[in-house]
Amino acid sequence: MASPQQQQSVKDSVTETSGNPPAPKPGAALKLTARDVNFFYGAFQALYDISLDIPANKVTAFIGPSGCGKSTFLRTMNRMNETIRNTRVEGELKLDNEDLFSMDVTDVRRRVGMVFQKSNPFPKTIFDNVAYGLRVNGIKKSSIVSAAVEQSLKRAALWNEVKDKLQKPASALSGGQQQRLCIARALAVEPEVLLLDEPCSALDPIATLKIEELLFQIKDITTIVIVTHNMQQAARLADFTGFFFMGKLIEMDVTKKIFQNPGKKETEDYVTGRFG
Amino acid sequence: MMEISATRRFVNTFMLSLSGVCTVAVVSVLFFILGYLLFHGAASLNWDFFTKLPKPSGETGGGMANAIVGSGKVLLLATLIGVPIGFLAGVFLAEYSGKTFAFLIRYVVDLLNGVPSIVIGIVAYALVVRPMKHYSTLAGGVALGIMMIPIAVRTTEEFLRAVPNSIREGAMALGATKAKTVFTVVIPAAISGLVSGMMLNLARVAGETAPLLFTALGNQFWSAGWLAPIATLPVMIYNYAISPEEDLHQQAWAAGFVLLALVLIINVTARLIIARGASAQRR
Repeated sequence: MASPQQQQSVKDSVTETSGNPPAPKPGAALKLTARDVNFFYGAFQALYDISLDIPANKVTAFIGPSGCGKSTFLRTMNRMNETIRNTRVEGELKLDNEDLFSMDVTDVRRRVGMVFQKSNPFPKTIFDNVAYGLRVNGIKKSSIVSAAVEQSLKRAALWNEVKDKLQKPASALSGGQQQRLCIARALAVEPEVLLLDEPCSALDPIATLKIEELLFQIKDITTIVIVTHNMQQAARLADFTGFFFMGKLIEMDVTKKIFQNPGKKETEDYVTGRFG
Repeated sequence: MMEISATRRFVNTFMLSLSGVCTVAVVSVLFFILGYLLFHGAASLNWDFFTKLPKPSGETGGGMANAIVGSGKVLLLATLIGVPIGFLAGVFLAEYSGKTFAFLIRYVVDLLNGVPSIVIGIVAYALVVRPMKHYSTLAGGVALGIMMIPIAVRTTEEFLRAVPNSIREGAMALGATKAKTVFTVVIPAAISGLVSGMMLNLARVAGETAPLLFTALGNQFWSAGWLAPIATLPVMIYNYAISPEEDLHQQAWAAGFVLLALVLIINVTARLIIARGASAQRR
């Protein structure tokens, strides 16, 4: 973690982004908008005045060094941070122009799905894992549930590997399969936004490739926001990329621009590997 | 140099043998008790022992069917009282309470666990026997139920805390409420540990005698119901052991063997459930 002094100097050196988000082209449909979001773990401020727009049906990537707030910001977008004691959020987040913080929290999380860094299948069967989200949201009819399970597993490119062992425990799958199962589980409730927090960091390149391919395929049905440490991954996948540094959003733009002609020196230093 | 080395070698061998002998002693205590009980009680361990009522004083033979069933009934009541209360308190402790509050609850629960069983018997006497004006199965169940609560709380807390937090987050990220997450994901994930923990808890109170002496009291016949006195194995052992008749001593030995066997069976079953649960997690 950076010392407060360092934080301060960075804060000073970066021009204010609030009120004037480095948004995608005007006219693009916006799924999520953030204005001046601050976040605190107790007395520690983890996010400073984050303002940005997430365009619908695109892949948006957040890059930046460890501890820079990208995951924290991701977890504010489905209000997952509220499960951590002694945290506080300020500012405005809107989903389809509706205030995220006045919506019912379970509703937010159903509409904004999340896949975690480490795959976290429930100790249940493969089928029950994917069906879980439907069941807790009140969908019990078995024909609907099994149709949705099949569709989600197909979208997550896992169906062919598991269709004969749906009643086996999810823990019997390999690491990459488990992560795709978690994606299928998230897709089953048909989220409008899918947040992925470094979903491939524990996977080998082949499993990573499979997940990238499937993310590409589901862009038409959901808006994707992905946090990644892997800059190549961001470059391959994302339509837009935001660079976080020390709790601030330094720059956000079309991915190509971020990697080839960034507007800020910090971004350039990071994407060219001069630090981080 | 040789001198020191020889001394050290001797000390090493000596200590190793000593700890080995102690280990053997520890293990053999159980088998010694089992063998001793069997040796003295074997003559009374027959079909009659499990099916007949005790014979009137002076006559030989008879059995302890009423005490075996009685122990079962009292333990069933104790489970119905102690497990739900302890379990739900444990769920609160593990999933809902804040740090300071949890510390306080845990401390109180540990104190409760340290309350001598005879004191808990007096409490059950005051709470149930006195108002109802007679000894009863219910009073015995309440006494043992209270004894089960602290371990039930702590086992539940321990096994729920062992469930990784990532699973809770996974469920909540799908729109599950906190309560749904706990009851449909966290508890099922810990179920084998919870069940076996409760069984070990039951085995622990199965041999309690003191709290039953003035709650369930004892009975030479079949109990007249949940609100009447009832015979239990531990109290029967106590009564027979202090009687002057040799035949009753032998029956007490047999009852001791049956009680110990019961506890061992519950114990081994619980361990098997834990082991199976653990291997299912690994798969």
